[in-house]
Amino acid sequence: MSHDGSQYDRLPATSADREVDGRASRAEVIEYFANRFGMSPATFESVTFWEKGRGKVWAFHGEHSSPLTVEALGIHLLRTHGRHWKPTTDGMQCFGRAATENVIRLDRRCCQRFWRGEDQLLEATADPGYVIVANELGGRAEPLGVGLYLHGTLESVVPKGRRESIPD
Amino acid sequence: MEVWERYESLVDDRDAFRAAARRPLPTIVRVNPIKTTPARARAALESDGYAVTTRNWNEYCIEVDTDTPGRTWPYQHGWVHGQEEISQLPATLFSFSPGDVVVDLAAAPGGKATQIAGLLGTEGTVIANDVNLGRLTALRSNADRLGVSNAIVTNRDGRQFSLKRFDVDAVDHVLVDAPCSGEGTIRKGGPQSAADQQMIGGLVPVQEALLRRAIAMTRPGGTVVYSTCTFAPEENERVLDAVLADGGCSIVPIDPGLPGDPGITAWKEARYDPAVRRARRYYPHRHDTGGFFCAKLQVTE
Repeated sequence: MSHDGSQYDRLPATSADREVDGRASRAEVIEYFANRFGMSPATFESVTFWEKGRGKVWAFHGEHSSPLTVEALGIHLLRTHGRHWKPTTDGMQCFGRAATENVIRLDRRCCQRFWRGEDQLLEATADPGYVIVANELGGRAEPLGVGLYLHGTLESVVPKGRRESIPD
Repeated sequence: MEVWERYESLVDDRDAFRAAARRPLPTIVRVNPIKTTPARARAALESDGYAVTTRNWNEYCIEVDTDTPGRTWPYQHGWVHGQEEISQLPATLFSFSPGDVVVDLAAAPGGKATQIAGLLGTEGTVIANDVNLGRLTALRSNADRLGVSNAIVTNRDGRQFSLKRFDVDAVDHVLVDAPCSGEGTIRKGGPQSAADQQMIGGLVPVQEALLRRAIAMTRPGGTVVYSTCTFAPEENERVLDAVLADGGCSIVPIDPGLPGDPGITAWKEARYDPAVRRARRYYPHRHDTGGFFCAKLQVTE
């Protein structure tokens, strides 16, 4: 079977159930978030995973028979195309509270820079790769977006359409 | 013709109506329960230096003292959404049960559909449809920012909306927030004069067809909320009167958080089914909101 870019296809439960080459499995997605961010598999218990567009994984709270041809189904969670999987800003705002590892808390000034799309030098306790950037909101650390942390630099990968200059 | 001139016979205080229609709306946001609580959203805005006031009828509806609520951190985190007070009302008329499937037939730009998604919780599903692909882009970006993970977004003409693709034969509830002449949006820079007959004549068949389609796809016992942001009885009570004549549904009494005025049974030479009194009209001077109309129908067969 090949990939059809116009429809949502349910991810196979495991790689053994895979019918489309290169498509991630549900088990691999859950394992990725557990390994990289320490998220409990329970985070995605009532969520079904879907692919629309090569390597674009969507999370939908609910069940539906596959495939489904619609404009959108749940929230875009992850890109699995390419060597390094990349979680999305909207997906991490939604599910990122469950993360316990590779979360970088920034103060307001650094959050402003990050949210404008600027890179910044930063000493942080995080493994190289994609990290969840947290902002302090209402007295708690809240996931804001996704950055790429490499060699002491936090690169902002906030999508252009989401970047904003927030006043002090 | 000015809006207040066309409807002066319907309102108790023409001068107050006119004065309110000329005032800009306050900045109102809706707290998004998918990501936070009203108390946390208020605290986050206040600690960033914004004064907030919660509306008595709805703890999710808060006024913020800024002209740019979009440039605040709570907005960027999807905790709040800019949505005027009266537009937060129709979704509250539903009584949802766990697992309900709800369709919003004309959903873009998504304020009400994302509100429904939050009210449903993750056990329920909202199908957010709109005929206009460009406006769907706005809906999708709002749904993404608000963390809506229980929505299916579709791009169909709502008048012919089909459930064929989905795992259900009928849905539990439908919102028809119909395209309309928009007289009620005068306070946010909408049309500044009353709708003319030509415009109304073009909209009414669409409004009726959307409402008929909504009723047809709802299971018996399910409900349909019809709303517009216009004062024109032709687009409101007359549309309800037409679908009531088809049979298969009734208008049910509602007790909305904002009382409004009852629907009217006579306009010029026209007479409408007395049940349309159960609908609600909202004039700007009554609750300091935009203009609005809504009714709740129950499907009986």
